[in-house]
Amino acid sequence: MSDSDIKKGLRTFILTNYLFTDDESALGDDDSFLDNGVLDSMGVLELIDYLTEDLNVEVDGDEVTPDNLDSINKVVQFVTDKTKS
Amino acid sequence: MCGFAGILSQRDKQTNRINQSTLQSMARVIEHRGPDEQGIYIKDNIGLAHRRLSIIDLSTGQQPMLSTDKNISLVFNGEIFNFIELREELVKQGHQFVTHSDTEVIIHMYQRHGEGFVQYLNGQFSIALWDSAQQKLLLIRDRTGICPLFYSFDNDCLLFASEIKALKPALLNGLSMSASSLDQVFTFWAPVSPNTIFENIFEISPGHMMITEPSGSRHVQYWDWSYDAELSTRSEAELTEELTELLIDATRIRLRSDVPVAAYLSGGLDSSTIVALIHKHGGIPLRTFSLNFKDKNLDERDFQDLLTKRFDTDHTRLVVKPEDISDALVDTINHTESPILRSAPIPMGLLSGQVRNEGYKVVLTGEGADEVLGGYDIFKEAKVRQFWAKNVNSAWRPLLLNRLYPYLNLPAGGESAYLKRFFGQALEQPDSLFFSHIPRWTTTAKAKLFFSDEMNAALTAKATDTLTDMLPSKVSNYHPFNRSQYIESKTLMSGYLLSSQGDRMLTKNSIEGRFPFLDHRLIEFANKVPPKYKMRAMNEKYLLKKAMQNYLPDKITHRSKQPYRAPDVNTGANNLTGQQFNEYFSAASIKSLGFFAPKKVELLLKKANSKKPLSTSESQALMGILSTQIIHKNFCNN
Repeated sequence: MSDSDIKKGLRTFILTNYLFTDDESALGDDDSFLDNGVLDSMGVLELIDYLTEDLNVEVDGDEVTPDNLDSINKVVQFVTDKTKS
Repeated sequence: MCGFAGILSQRDKQTNRINQSTLQSMARVIEHRGPDEQGIYIKDNIGLAHRRLSIIDLSTGQQPMLSTDKNISLVFNGEIFNFIELREELVKQGHQFVTHSDTEVIIHMYQRHGEGFVQYLNGQFSIALWDSAQQKLLLIRDRTGICPLFYSFDNDCLLFASEIKALKPALLNGLSMSASSLDQVFTFWAPVSPNTIFENIFEISPGHMMITEPSGSRHVQYWDWSYDAELSTRSEAELTEELTELLIDATRIRLRSDVPVAAYLSGGLDSSTIVALIHKHGGIPLRTFSLNFKDKNLDERDFQDLLTKRFDTDHTRLVVKPEDISDALVDTINHTESPILRSAPIPMGLLSGQVRNEGYKVVLTGEGADEVLGGYDIFKEAKVRQFWAKNVNSAWRPLLLNRLYPYLNLPAGGESAYLKRFFGQALEQPDSLFFSHIPRWTTTAKAKLFFSDEMNAALTAKATDTLTDMLPSKVSNYHPFNRSQYIESKTLMSGYLLSSQGDRMLTKNSIEGRFPFLDHRLIEFANKVPPKYKMRAMNEKYLLKKAMQNYLPDKITHRSKQPYRAPDVNTGANNLTGQQFNEYFSAASIKSLGFFAPKKVELLLKKANSKKPLSTSESQALMGILSTQIIHKNFCNN
């Protein structure tokens, strides 16, 4: 799966699942999930579920940090790095 | 409880709006509050209707009640618990009584003391008193807001009633919902008093009376939660003894009844305290009731079993299944008359039905203990967050979090960035008036994501600004802990716990609740107790636990508070997206009301139907949207 496919799928997941909209302008690729109230502690579990089930990426407990999961671009980078390794 | 309704014509004494048929219609829709008797009184420009739940003086306490000179007419909902002592004093002063009811005592107290008579009442009440000589109507509500009282100035008439639905038969133009009040519900869980969810319908605020005379109406606050004085020189032992004595007396006078009295027993400290006091001092057989759930995280039966054995109570358990909650939802909302964000009121309504089925009319409960004596997690959270504000990088944070919520299954890594984000809110403003409440309100307000563009455009003021305007300036001078208590008493307690989850869920089955912890003598004492005795480090309701250590098993006084919670709305069969709710969730229905965005609601329903767990704010949004739609359909469509 290419980076752009990952980003497209992730964007749709974030928009419909957390922001309940199909308006692409509702969230930028670098917008912080935390600062914009997109994710709470329940939401991050759902995101991990999505990464595991839809993208086959296992997320370790110590990887659940804003550095890895706080924006669309950060998540795409995290998934790419995990897939390569 | 009882219920009443009335109409005062402010201009035309001969108005045809005051008539038997309209008053009959107003009374009929609140028959559940008082199924035993009905009375209607019309004289000149006043009409009064009353539905009676007979509890004291069964034979002669009928209402509306008139003074012997016919000058005063009165309808009353509630109880005056110190009516025996007041009556004795009045008799000594030469007053003569026709009945043995507390209702007649109110009339004589007014004749004796005028408008200030309410200061002498110890009880829970809403009162409409008409003084025909002075052409003056007093609408009075108890100190903490136990008994409801609504009013509306409708063209040339003042309409008033115990429930909003009883105003409707007399309103000229029906009911419409208020966008700003809905915004307040989606922040504080209830509209800010005196607002209601309906335009132009207001409540008499707790501790207030509204006096209407030919010259106009004025509001008088006769009581408020006050933390101005502190009993700083008293020892812990002295404070414990005084609290115990007050609790004993508050419970004793709340057992005054001419019908049998029962009690709720959840297994927590508060209801256990009341049951223990009745056991030791009440001199009546103990009849108790509890709610139980299949979900072990919500159920407290082990603690209930311990207490029913210890106090030898005749106990009834009501096991509420998830599907019971969705089945009872529409009926519940018709009684709350306000949108709700959690399912918690529904089981309370089912429990009062069980009490009624067992032949009881009155229950004592532990309501109010958390507000009065410092039991809520929000008070603990504020302490932790204040610690964080001063010690930004403290290694103690994870420990404190685990101490805060031992009953919750927090996500792995209690120190996650997301929990930090939640508890770290407003750390930069530890002196903010709302410091303690900001995390809760922010979480609740996330449900506003589903507001439509039109709704957002209609909101001209922030919900918190409305609350700021209502709070007296003295609050900012209170100790932060007392400030939290004050705000909690003015928002969640009176607006939601005593209303949607209290009076409305009791009276829907003709049950009267009585709350010893809300005795005003006890509140006034507790408000002077230094905060360190309410929450000792992280030990909530410390002084109450001390007072009860010789009354209750250690397992009860040593357990951490487990707040009452009902099953989430989207688990198993308790699914709010079921077919029976289609009419409320349809795109046409959502669009017609206009408060919510149809597309967003559609995606929320899709998520709920996917069986994925919803977040707290998503669950609250689902319940809030559905209950708002139910109110609109059932109250605003003519």
